[in-house]
Amino acid sequence: MSSDPGLVATVTAAVAGADGDHRRLLQSIVEVARAIFAAQASSIFMFVPERGELLFEAVAGAGQESLVGRAFPADRGIAGWVLASGEPMIIDDLSGSPAFAHDLAESTGYVPGVIMAVPLVHDEHVGGVLEVLDPAPQARSAISELDLLSLFAVQAALALRIAQRGRSAGAALESHGADYGELISVVRAFEDLGAERRSAGLRLIGSLRDLIA
Amino acid sequence: MSHAAGGGAMTPGAVEGAVRPEITGLVWNMRDLTSADIPVTAEWAPRITPEWAWGGSTGRGVRVCVVDSGVDGDHPLVGPVTGAYAVEPGPDGAPVVRESAASDPAGHGTACAGIVRRLAPECELYSVRVLGAGFSGSGDAFVAGLRWAVRQGFDVVNLSLSTTRHKFADALRAVADEAYFRRTVLVAAAHNMRVESYPWRFSSVVSVGSHAEGDPRLVLYNPAPPVEFFAHGSDVEVAWPGGKTTRGTGNSFATPHVAGLCALILSKHPALTVFQLKNVLYLTAANVKGDL
Repeated sequence: MSSDPGLVATVTAAVAGADGDHRRLLQSIVEVARAIFAAQASSIFMFVPERGELLFEAVAGAGQESLVGRAFPADRGIAGWVLASGEPMIIDDLSGSPAFAHDLAESTGYVPGVIMAVPLVHDEHVGGVLEVLDPAPQARSAISELDLLSLFAVQAALALRIAQRGRSAGAALESHGADYGELISVVRAFEDLGAERRSAGLRLIGSLRDLIA
Repeated sequence: MSHAAGGGAMTPGAVEGAVRPEITGLVWNMRDLTSADIPVTAEWAPRITPEWAWGGSTGRGVRVCVVDSGVDGDHPLVGPVTGAYAVEPGPDGAPVVRESAASDPAGHGTACAGIVRRLAPECELYSVRVLGAGFSGSGDAFVAGLRWAVRQGFDVVNLSLSTTRHKFADALRAVADEAYFRRTVLVAAAHNMRVESYPWRFSSVVSVGSHAEGDPRLVLYNPAPPVEFFAHGSDVEVAWPGGKTTRGTGNSFATPHVAGLCALILSKHPALTVFQLKNVLYLTAANVKGDL
């Protein structure tokens, strides 16, 4: 097993229950983004190329309770613009556009007046979009604020990439079926053992390794 | 004319009572900078002035192509659109360019086209859709659409988009070089972060970032590229689907200001090559001052 670093990472990620950590990391990022710009909401979308969708990965503020896990077509809305063009942007005064408000209302239930959106680029891939909705007035339409959000997006992109890798690891584990499931159960069970039983368990595993090596 | 921008360009302008940031490396964006921070001293014959370059011009006779999400030809701040095309999957799946309706399912291209129209009201506007419905956002569609546009001989191509995929860099570089020698100027939005994307990084295109100053006519030359020019990209009134307007901020909206300016210049001086046109942009940039 140790000869396959990918598999080791897979099992380790599954054992560690990393998905919860990833979610908390992404959630923390949107909460900080919301705080930096004193905004009504902030969201991270992950691009799912095989479905042509943008998926709400994390939401802070308006829609926080209901939007995570929902998706919409990746060629729609400001997030779709940013994903396709790769260009960060702020669109102000959206209230004047019934067509756009309808789109947003349909997908989020919240209709902002201002959207700041930047692509999440990791290596050469645009893996998603970070949005900030209705920032405080001083952040609106200022190129320096867009630069600031773009700077912050580097961190968000990295977090999203880590979460994607973790999820891929989980999927790979599922595709391997029960082969490693038992192993993971054993390791998890170890976490709950007292020192004496853990020591005994380790001796048993050592014997098992000698047997199958 | 000679380019004496080197030493003088790196010295921040002296403003009494103000502490200017010292520019010691490449300038990627105009964060915390103003035009006074990037002065450039150049030597040239003083007849190359904004008045000479584009004074009285309306862009008449210049063909400007917006390669983007399409353009809404019915928008009162945009139309007419003389020709509209879209990149679609061909019979074998490879991208092909076909004539299409002058429409824009996304709105980004319409916003950019409206800025070009505002600056150059009598230019001919064309649209090639490479984003949006059908063949969404693939680098292949982008390369195919841009190559097609260059081979149509458009005078100016506005590119408020880029791709981060390295595998398209060589193909885009070849198209950009071809455009350069065919007298088609590619005006490309830069990234405001240290992101490698294309084609704005190529020296054969005119790359554009945003300055924070509110003047839609203000263009600045960057003495420390990769981004070569900065234009109005902050709180810009833009055309919006449904015949409306809204306000946009970003390099996407700075870029068509320079594309429109190129149209004005080429309308007055149609014989300019891309090299010469880029020099006119440099010599007329508000932060470039002659010393003769």
